[in-house]
Order: sequence, then structure tokens, then C-alpha cells
Amino acid sequence: MRADHGPDRPVAAAPAGRPAGHHPERPSGAAPAGRPVGHRPARSAAEPHRPGRPAAKSPRAAPRWIWALPPVAVLALGFLYPLGLVVQQSFSPDEGGTSVEPSVEPYAEVFASEAFREALSTTVWLAVGATVGCLVLGFVLALVIAFVPFPGGKAVAKFIDVFLSFPSFLITLALLFIYGTVGMANGVWTDVTGAAEGPFHFLTTPWGVLLAEITYFTPFVMRPLLAAFSQLDTAQLEVASSLGAKPARIIRQVILPEALPALAAGGSLVLVMCLNEFGIVLFTGAKGVTTLPMLVYSKAILESDYPAACVVAVVNIAISVGLYSLYRVVSRRVGA
Amino acid sequence: MTSGIRFDNVSVAYGGNTVLDSLDLTVEPGEVMALLGPSGSGKTTALRAVAGFVQPVSGRVFIGERDVTRLPPYRRGIGMVVQQYALFPHLRVEDNVAFGLKAQKAVKDEIPGRVAEALDMTGMASYAKRYPRELSGGQQQRVAIARALAIRPGVLLLDEPLSALDAQLRSGMLAELARLHRELPDVSILYVTHDQVEALTLADRIAVMDKARLQDCGTPQQLYRRPTTEFTASFVGNANLLPVTVGGEGAGVVSFAGTSLNVATGGATSGATATLCVRPHLVGLGEGPNALRGTVTEVQWRGATHRLYVDVGGHRLKADLRELRATPELGEEVTVHFAAEDAVLLGAGVSDG
Repeated sequence: MRADHGPDRPVAAAPAGRPAGHHPERPSGAAPAGRPVGHRPARSAAEPHRPGRPAAKSPRAAPRWIWALPPVAVLALGFLYPLGLVVQQSFSPDEGGTSVEPSVEPYAEVFASEAFREALSTTVWLAVGATVGCLVLGFVLALVIAFVPFPGGKAVAKFIDVFLSFPSFLITLALLFIYGTVGMANGVWTDVTGAAEGPFHFLTTPWGVLLAEITYFTPFVMRPLLAAFSQLDTAQLEVASSLGAKPARIIRQVILPEALPALAAGGSLVLVMCLNEFGIVLFTGAKGVTTLPMLVYSKAILESDYPAACVVAVVNIAISVGLYSLYRVVSRRVGA
Repeated sequence: MTSGIRFDNVSVAYGGNTVLDSLDLTVEPGEVMALLGPSGSGKTTALRAVAGFVQPVSGRVFIGERDVTRLPPYRRGIGMVVQQYALFPHLRVEDNVAFGLKAQKAVKDEIPGRVAEALDMTGMASYAKRYPRELSGGQQQRVAIARALAIRPGVLLLDEPLSALDAQLRSGMLAELARLHRELPDVSILYVTHDQVEALTLADRIAVMDKARLQDCGTPQQLYRRPTTEFTASFVGNANLLPVTVGGEGAGVVSFAGTSLNVATGGATSGATATLCVRPHLVGLGEGPNALRGTVTEVQWRGATHRLYVDVGGHRLKADLRELRATPELGEEVTVHFAAEDAVLLGAGVSDG
């Protein structure tokens, strides 16, 4: 009985759905009833040179670009204009005057400074290190959550979603509570051994920043990975295993290749976010760790050297956008 | 290489829900055994128990003489083909086929030869460099079969391998599978399907499953011509199942809806209720032995045949007749008949279907 009802439904739905979809396409053919009569002659007179116009275009199509204006305007005012100002400022040496000729002097100055070069290398290696760490840790954790059934696995997966909404400094604070100079770990150590201070001081070093960044950003890798794993056909894993492949080989040759696009997506996201990370570096209180965003902050806020701050900011943007473009090119070539 | 499969009282349960109940079944070396049953009958679970994807709660599974009950899947040495092909999408056809050989650490120099051999066998040699997404469903399934055969398994598990293909491809692939089995006479095949045609065409024996249990097992001919249960009779081929009472005027007589019919009653006791199974295509129109009078309730034209539904004393009788020149009108009185040797009396005491 149910099979008899099936075909009825689409047939009944079709007449209702079709007119809505076809009406806009009609005007160039037979004139439909109910359309403004004066409209068509006016248009065909205005466009006599386009007889071969595709029939699908409707007279309403012309002003459609108007709808693009509000978002473009908002984007321009709220984002592109300030960005332009930053770029402009970066080419304006600050010598007390108001309008100076644009020059690359600020760039030369900044590039020559030891602080900038150190910040650049610190930023890049921290970001790359954190990304690699996140990819490895995230892949392993996602594998466990997706393929090793354990009680509460679903809850853990849900928690990962929640974790993404945490502010980045929160995790740094949490790490401070544990590994900070007066944190729990050092407290236990001093209590047990009676020493004046504990052995854990790494939090204020680049390693502390690295740990905090890996901890905070790993879920950003896991999220797309878990989605990719849930799409994976379990029959593939079973067939692979029946063909004689042990788990390690299945992970390497079946799961990993299919997770590559997700890994690339998560990895590039984390890389860009790490390059621009500010809160974590600030909150660890690592004095020796200066990244590009930190440098922007100290130049702009602490030293009031706006041109230099803008130069660093532009470099930071250039690296981010460059890496993102690279990712797009690579991922398109891989076919992801 | 010859290795059959033996289920020794195998039960599988998920959280107290028994999905396979004490299965005892032996697939002889080189035999094609079809596991036939509706969905949820436990047939796929039985196959997965052989593959090692489910652990029986009790009983043992043997491949050849080897007890594989506790072995992980990768140490069982079986070839497996599933409904949705499950090819590795990022690997070319040849690498898909080579996967098992590499996993089993076959000698490197031998791999290309064996891949070519397996692809040849399934007629996919010219597609070796393609990716799965560039192939049609039928071609993908051929690659999946080649991949399973490349490791030269003693046991081949086919889990509804043709269900994702359209009808025409399916019959082509059936012939193909039959040919493969002739070429590989030592391979035992466990073939899970819900399609009786596939089972009848391909299998040396059919195991009929229902409600987590093995209901019947025998050659296709036995099950089709001499079914022993109503379930088998209706699931392996079409069947008219007529409630009858044994006895009447003399031996070899049953009465159905007030009509006496001459059929072989075997040792059935007089007065017992039983079910008479008559295949619709063995029912003839017109006078003859075991004639039954009734009214036509429905006529379906199926091209080569007409199916008539005839109401006989409140029971619906199906008759598949060679295409009729003149079809009877609905409500018309007709006489149908069947030969005594075409009827099978199913065990007395079986509940009415």
C-alpha cells in the first residue's frame, strides 16, 4: 500500500512548485498574464542591440547588484577603510608633521630592528610548532573519539564544540593555576620537598606559550576531523581489515588519506589563528616571548610609535593572507 | 587452500538482544552457500561473525580446520565484498587491488602480476589506472571483487554484492560470479542476499534464515520443489499456501474448502490440519486433476505471463499463466487445477500463514 502512495506525492507537489520557479524566466517568451504591460516594450526599445540575450534573464535582474551595495558599504566602512588607514600609516614616517610624503622608511627601520626580526621568527616558529602539535594531538584524539567506542565518547565530542567557544586566555589562566610560579604543581613541590620554589617555570617561556596554544587550538583541528571521520564509510575499514591490514596500516593508508582535506582545513585555520594570537601570549606573562601581535601592541600602545606598529601589522596581515592563499592553492590542487 | 566454513552453535547478541541464535551450519570447501532471508533475519550477522567484525557470545567459527573465533579480522585470510563496494577512493584501481597483497606482505615483485591476474579475471584490466569515482557501479563492484580475489582467499564473503546495481546489471553480474566460481572451484563462498533469484541461480545450497534462526537448509531444487516449512515455501519462490485437512475418502486425499484434492500425504495422520503448497506457475486454467472452482478477483498482465487471483471458498489462489489471448473478466467463475505431484503437503500442525 505504501508504495502506491509514494508516486502520488511528487505529482501533487509539482504543479504547486513549478510556476514559482518558471515565472521569472517567461517574459522574453510569450507574455504572461498579469505582468505590467508597459514594461516590455520599454525594455526592448532600450536594448535593441541585444536580441540574443539569454531567455532566462528577467527584467528584474538588472538592478540586482543594488543588493550588493549595503554589505559592500558596511565592509568598506567597517573594515576596508580602517585597514587602508593602517596601510597608509605604515608608509608615513612619524616626524611630528601631519602629512608627509609616503615613503618606505618605516619599513626599512622596522625590518632593520632586532626586535622585529626576533618577533617574526618567534611568531613563525611558535605558530608552526603549535600547528604541528595540534595536528598530531588532534588527529590522535579524534581517532580515539571516532573509532574507539567508550562510554561518554559522545559527551566528549560535544564538549569539543563547547570548548571552541571558550576565550583563549581562559586556557592560559587554567594553565597558570596549575603550572604558574605560584600554581598547584609548584605548591605541591614546595610542600613535599620543602624547597623555596618549585621547578615549573616553563610557562613564561616560549614553551609555555606553545603548550597553551596547542591546548587551546587542538579542538579546532578535531572539529573538522570528527566531521570527516563520521563521513568515512566503515565498510572500507572492515574490508581493509579483512584484506589483512592491521590498525596502523588502516590509519595510515585508509583513514589518513581521506582525512587530509580536513587536516589541511583545520591546520591552516590553526596556523593563521596562532600567527595572530595575542591573548595567550599576553596572559602567560612571558616577557621574553614577543610575537608580531605583541610587537604591534607594544609599539602602538606602549611606545606610541604608530607607523612602526602599522608596519608590523601589515607584515602580520601579509603573512596570514599569504598562508591562506597558499592553502587555497594547495587544497585546490589536492582536489579537496 | 581448500577451506570451508563451519558455524558451531554460534550466537550473537547486542545488549541482550539476540540477533543470531545458535547457528549450526557448514559450508563445504568449494561450495557456494547462500544465506537467504528478510532483513533482520541474522544473515549478515552470520557473515560478520565469519569476518570477525562481531564476536559471538557463544559458539565457535571455523575456517577450514582453524578455529578463528577469537582471531582479529586481519588474521583470518578472507576476501570480502560488500554492497556499497567500499573501494578506497584515493587509490587507483590497481592500488585498491594491491592493497591486500601489500598488507599481507606479499613478495614485491609478484604484486603487479597478481593484480593484473585479478583484474583480468573480472574484466577490469583496462581500468587499472582509473580512480573509483571514474567508474560505474558495476565496474566498481568488479574492482571490489578483484580486490577480494587478489589475496587468493580460501573463503569469499559476499554481503548483498548486487543489491546496489540495477536489474539488468545484476543478472549480468550473476553470470559473472557463476563464471568466477567455476574458475576458482576451491573457494568457499558465503553469499548473503535477500533476493531469491540470486540465491537460486548461484548457490549450491541455500540456508534460509528468519528471526535470527536458521529455518531450512538444502539445495535450491530441494527448497523450491520440496519445501518443508511455510516460510521456506513463501520465501524461496512464490507459493499458494492452502489450509487443508488431511484425510477423507481414502489415502492421499486432503480437503480444501470443501473440495477433495488428491496429493501425496506421506505419513500425515488423518484429520490433521496442514498446509498445501502449490507454486502459482504450476496452476492451470480449465478442467483437470484437482480442479477448484472460484471467482476471478484480479488479473495482472506481466508481459510473458498473466497472474490471476482466484477466490476459492474465501481463500485467494494465485495462478501464473502463460500470456492469455482472452483474459477472464473480474468476477467470472473459472476452474483452475494442478497436478498431484506439483503439490507439497507441509508439516501438519504448522500455523496458518
